[in-house]
Amino acid sequence: MNKIKDHLLRGILWFSSLLTIVILVTIIGYIFVKGYKLINFDFIFGDYSPTGGGGIWPMVVTTIYTIVISLLIATPIGIFAAVYLQEYAKQGRLVRIIRFATESLTGIPSIIYGLFGAVFFVATLNFGMSIIAASLTLTIIILPVVIRTTEEALKTVPQSYREGSLALGTTKLQTLLKVILPSAVPGILSGIILSMGRIIGESAAIFLTAGTVAALPEGIFSSARTLTVHSYLVTQESGDIELASAIGIVLIVIILVLNLTATYISKKLNKAD
Amino acid sequence: MKTAINLSNDSSVQAETNKNVKISVNNFNLFYGEKQALYDVSLDIYEKEVTALIGPSGCGKSTFLRSINRMNDLIDNVKISGDIIIDNENIYRTNDVIKLRTKVGMVFQKPNLFPMSIYDNVAYGPRMHGIKNKQELNQIVEESLRGAAIWDEVKDRLKTSALGLSGGQQQRVCIARAIAMKPEVILMDEPTSALDPISTLKVEELVGKMKKDYTIVIVTHNMQQAARVSDRTAFFLNGEVVEYDKTDTIFSVPKDKRTEDYITGRFG
Repeated sequence: MNKIKDHLLRGILWFSSLLTIVILVTIIGYIFVKGYKLINFDFIFGDYSPTGGGGIWPMVVTTIYTIVISLLIATPIGIFAAVYLQEYAKQGRLVRIIRFATESLTGIPSIIYGLFGAVFFVATLNFGMSIIAASLTLTIIILPVVIRTTEEALKTVPQSYREGSLALGTTKLQTLLKVILPSAVPGILSGIILSMGRIIGESAAIFLTAGTVAALPEGIFSSARTLTVHSYLVTQESGDIELASAIGIVLIVIILVLNLTATYISKKLNKAD
Repeated sequence: MKTAINLSNDSSVQAETNKNVKISVNNFNLFYGEKQALYDVSLDIYEKEVTALIGPSGCGKSTFLRSINRMNDLIDNVKISGDIIIDNENIYRTNDVIKLRTKVGMVFQKPNLFPMSIYDNVAYGPRMHGIKNKQELNQIVEESLRGAAIWDEVKDRLKTSALGLSGGQQQRVCIARAIAMKPEVILMDEPTSALDPISTLKVEELVGKMKKDYTIVIVTHNMQQAARVSDRTAFFLNGEVVEYDKTDTIFSVPKDKRTEDYITGRFG
């Protein structure tokens, strides 16, 4: 009887993992099969042409812009906030409220953030539909993610490290910079990787704040179109699944490269210690 | 009862020693929020001796130890009253915890080396206090590791991760890390409780050697250990010091019935 149960459980576990892999492989496979023919140098590095046959370079640039700007703003603020909440703040009511708020923020649909960004950054601050408006909106979207993951990473640093360092007559700041943060780096980096995923995957909020101008942006105040938005519009307007799939391939490759870079940096930092 | 302790401290013990008092504790009380953990602790710890704190779990011996370098400051809601005086300085009146912890080192229950190389662990304290000169650091690291009787075992692998060492070796590197700050007092919180018998023996031998340079206060769960390594022993029970005397006296002719019951293993 127990043996049957055991077999059954194993079967379910095996089937679940198999199903996950099959779905993943199917999606990626489908995108690759549909889109790989379009991928070539001119497609990636060529300028966009509204009549078809052009490249996606403006969208690649815009995507990289939004990723870099949002991370540059959100990462330091998020890490500082998490360090404050975890290491400095007295664990009381105010901290509980802040934590609850950040947790709730992660659950809000991004279109809401998009609407806020459109009203506040685009209209009130008069940035117009622009990369900076989109990046600031994205910053707000990923901030809770950065804060949460950094807090979790700080929590996993053993209390005994803090005690060991402080008992040597070091200051709290020295302990934080030399012992706690270095130990938390892998966790913090995984938060940043997660955030990059969210930025790249975002379309609604960007659509409302950066617009859809399909030209190489002149600066961060230009209206522009990211790859994800482009992929959406291409599918929506012309039903060109092959083109959308080709964009998908480029997106997957960008995510892969960014993840590998982050992992590499994390390893480098660990070795330095 | 309290007068009995004071008598034993003041008359018999002090008369037969010429040692200086390093740490003087007077009517020290400690509260975790509403809960009192230490009651009127008063005792003198002598310079370059090993003082053992014994007693059953939860009796306050670790709490007391952590009061001597103010590690209890890390916990919210801790309140104290009374005095702990080290070299004529009331440690709870000054705000220079950094200076205090430089003078009073600590070794913890479980080895807590940082995820760095052996060298960087030992050099951590001196570096944080501004020593940058490589030669000077090299010298401190070697001296400290020698002082902790671990130099020969690790000298060829100083740049490898400290976490690759065995538990016993790690604990001796922890001792080296404490020594590197050139402290005057070293607090040890059950330093052998996570170690095997052979490593325990090595640490005990080391403690015996170290007392010629340092004043050592050691919390131990193990009465044989207290008997082996210490000059004086304080027996804690429910946050009070029941008896404090020369270790020989405590273990041969305890004055208090509760001390006798504890050391003969009737409870604890």
